[in-house]
Amino acid sequence: MDKQEKLETQAQGSDARPVLEGPDIARVLTRIAHEIVERAKGADDVVLLGIPTRGVFLAQRLAAKLEQITDRKVPVGSLDITMYRDDLRMHPPRALARTEIPGDGIDGRLVVLVDDVLFSGRTIRAALDALNDIGRPRAVQLAVLVDRGHRELPIRADYVGKNLPTSLRETVKVLLAEEDGRDTVLLGAKPTQ
Amino acid sequence: MSKILIRGAKVLGGEPQDVLIDGEVIEAVGTGLSADGAEVVEATGKVLLPGLVDLHTHLREPGREDSETVLTGTRAAASGGYTAVFAMANTFPVADTAGVVEQVYRLGREHGYCDVQPIGAVTVGLEGKKLAELGAMHESAAGVTVFSDDGKCVDDAVIMRRALEYVKAFGGVVAQHAQEPRLTEGAQMNEGGVSAELGLGGWPAVAEESVIARDVLLAEHVGSRVHICHLSTAGSVEIVRWAKSRGIDVTAEVTPHHLLLTDELVRSYNPVYKVNPPLRTERDVLALREALADGTIDIVATDHAPHPHEDKDCEWAAAAMGMVGLETALSVVQETMVDTGLLTWAGVADRMSVKPARIGQATGHGRPVSAGEPANLTLVDTEYRGLVDPAGFASRSRNTPYEGRELPGRVTHTWLRGKATLADGKLT
Amino acid sequence: MQRHLISAADLTRDDAVLILDTAEEMARVADRPIKKLPTLRGRTVVNLFFEDSTRTRISFEAAEKRLSADVINFTAKGSSVSKGESLKDTAQTLEAMGVDAVVIRHGASGAPYRLATSGWIDAAVINAGDGTHQHPTQALLDAFTMRRRLVGRDAGIGQDLAGKRITIVGDVLHSRVARSNVDLLHTLGAEVTLVAPPTLVPVGVERWPCEVSYDLDAVLPKSDAVMMLRVQRERMNAAFFPTEREYSRRYGLDGDRMAKMPEHAIVMHPGPMVRGMEITAEVADSERCTVVEQVANGVSIRMAVLYLLLGGNEPAVSHARTTEEK
Repeated sequence: MDKQEKLETQAQGSDARPVLEGPDIARVLTRIAHEIVERAKGADDVVLLGIPTRGVFLAQRLAAKLEQITDRKVPVGSLDITMYRDDLRMHPPRALARTEIPGDGIDGRLVVLVDDVLFSGRTIRAALDALNDIGRPRAVQLAVLVDRGHRELPIRADYVGKNLPTSLRETVKVLLAEEDGRDTVLLGAKPTQ
Repeated sequence: MSKILIRGAKVLGGEPQDVLIDGEVIEAVGTGLSADGAEVVEATGKVLLPGLVDLHTHLREPGREDSETVLTGTRAAASGGYTAVFAMANTFPVADTAGVVEQVYRLGREHGYCDVQPIGAVTVGLEGKKLAELGAMHESAAGVTVFSDDGKCVDDAVIMRRALEYVKAFGGVVAQHAQEPRLTEGAQMNEGGVSAELGLGGWPAVAEESVIARDVLLAEHVGSRVHICHLSTAGSVEIVRWAKSRGIDVTAEVTPHHLLLTDELVRSYNPVYKVNPPLRTERDVLALREALADGTIDIVATDHAPHPHEDKDCEWAAAAMGMVGLETALSVVQETMVDTGLLTWAGVADRMSVKPARIGQATGHGRPVSAGEPANLTLVDTEYRGLVDPAGFASRSRNTPYEGRELPGRVTHTWLRGKATLADGKLT
Repeated sequence: MQRHLISAADLTRDDAVLILDTAEEMARVADRPIKKLPTLRGRTVVNLFFEDSTRTRISFEAAEKRLSADVINFTAKGSSVSKGESLKDTAQTLEAMGVDAVVIRHGASGAPYRLATSGWIDAAVINAGDGTHQHPTQALLDAFTMRRRLVGRDAGIGQDLAGKRITIVGDVLHSRVARSNVDLLHTLGAEVTLVAPPTLVPVGVERWPCEVSYDLDAVLPKSDAVMMLRVQRERMNAAFFPTEREYSRRYGLDGDRMAKMPEHAIVMHPGPMVRGMEITAEVADSERCTVVEQVANGVSIRMAVLYLLLGGNEPAVSHARTTEEK
């Protein structure tokens, strides 16, 4: 999700309503974990890469669930896409987040990118570019907690927690315990300028 | 020549009076003078001073006519209220022969904006090695009485001693540019806290003070008089004060910029603030003002130093040293000395006209504003305040440190021997 | 807000920490198979070097290329500059070619400031060393090296150098590295002590936010990092010190002196070193000497500075200094 958008979301009033609560989030993550195991046929070459900030926490949660299911450690890391963004020149430069590739790298692996909200698809486009500079995965898949539609690029998610039809006048805000103290997904109106 | 009646001017800042000029001289000073047959200049509220005299001007001609010529420089002088300027010798060729000084002298007379009194070089080519023909320059049509290697210091103690002795024969004076050369190798600005931060080569105060100390002692020893150019430090003031208290025949000048600006301005790295001697500290500025007020420093001299734009529109180290000053000098003195209560307008007349004329022996200048005296006069609107706009300068160069700064006072009229060189702020 | 990096004194604590944090991320790029980021694609940076400095130029060039900027190298030797062209004309010529940033190294103190403030050009100006004034990216890479070694690579993120005792030894008078480091280290909360013969300390140093000592042996045991500055042999001829031997004996760092430093303390040098003068080979080649690390860190720091000044629509680094009033 766009930083600008996040700021706006934070500014929005109490009219934001929860569309996913804590238990819902846990449940959909469990489902996604199972889907990954199923589609990746045991998930023994899966590497989870979260896109900062909240994608990283989701990736870590997914890794824990995969470990429960498969009884194996699943490599998990983070992929900062800031310097690959296509809108860099539209904002002041952002502070960089950490890129942490697990020790064995991503070559020949199935990389599952994890993000909180799928919107325009530009973040994922940047993430694919970033991956390209790091190695050559066997395949790349995408897991998101919420798909709110309005794609601007031919990109789709492989694993979706919740499809959430939205209007462009709305904002979606994912809150996670690690960062925000609680788990919830809020849908609200974009504040008028 | 017709008559001019200057009506209601505060003569030397005193009570309003009328001054009647007839031809080249002042015919009468009083109240209620008849305007009959005279052109009337309404001067109510303005201050009338004797025409200003600058003992330290660089007119650049011959040799650097791209910076200034005798014509443009004397027009600038008239604009600033000056009726006489002393032209420094560091031209190309150097004014170290009778031929060069006579040329400069004649150009000044021909243009008629301001009397130009050439200063002769002390040493041949300003090289500090061999005395120039001081006597020949004195005997020339230019009648040189002031000698200076300004821009360079006469640093050889023996040469300085001989020069001081030699000029006694015809009542001349050596004006020293006090700068110990070894201590100022690579120097770019005043040495102190700011130079340490900016990484610009330091120009220590002692480089000036040590030479002044030596020269006043030399002057005492040989019984001559010495003039110190552009004092810039508190220490220099102390030395001159001590020398005067000892009865040494020393006179000293300060520039307007050293009365107002400090080395803090160099932080901009804008070479318009690059000058020799360099801008010093606040403490020095205050000491210089006080010394000018109490007479330790005798006069204000502009050290008007024009440079073409390209010599200032560059990095600091590559830039030329110097500032134009003729057209802003009186305003800066009003700001720093009059408006601060340190000096009256009579005091300004003394420091900017009477004393410099006396030091340089400029006949007919620096005289009282009274009947029978030459009509060399300057009329100042002291109530005016405005921003300095170099575009309006008469000088060929624009290297003023005051661009955009608000300064008080404006010269509206200048008369040279009864002829207006500046009228209503416009050159004639 | 300024778009330039002229002096380390212009950086706030938060600016400096942001640059160091960003550099830490940039450093990771060096470990990747493809050491390149697309961030400055389409931006043109000119390295305008009026002084020979192969190290600094190469470091900037590597940083620019890793960020995919188009790089133009301009050295004054053999160019129109040696034929008398002014800095202004050179800069305007380059800008006419569509340059977004100018990295300038110049022998005259203040030349980068002049370039940035005189209205000659619109491009961002990054000072790569001017006269005896400033060398801000050197100070940043030094601070980066100190933070990594004294605080920790990961533990250092978001941290400054509060309480660290840094000793800078040598020709402070002629050193832009010393000036930049004093400014930046003070901003980052470190305690700086300058050690030099009195002839090589500028008049006016008492206004700097640091201590001055003439006794290296007394300061070493209280130092977390000791930075040795290069001392040019020519200084001897201008009577700054009597002989090379006496200088080394009083102010050089050898094995015996290094032993007086605390266990954890590091030895730094901006390079190029004059072995046998300010530093012995034994010290220069020791584990505690970070010279090579400093070079590597230089690229990361310069990438961070370039990204933060040019990576967006406006710089992320604010500056304390406001434009001088006329």
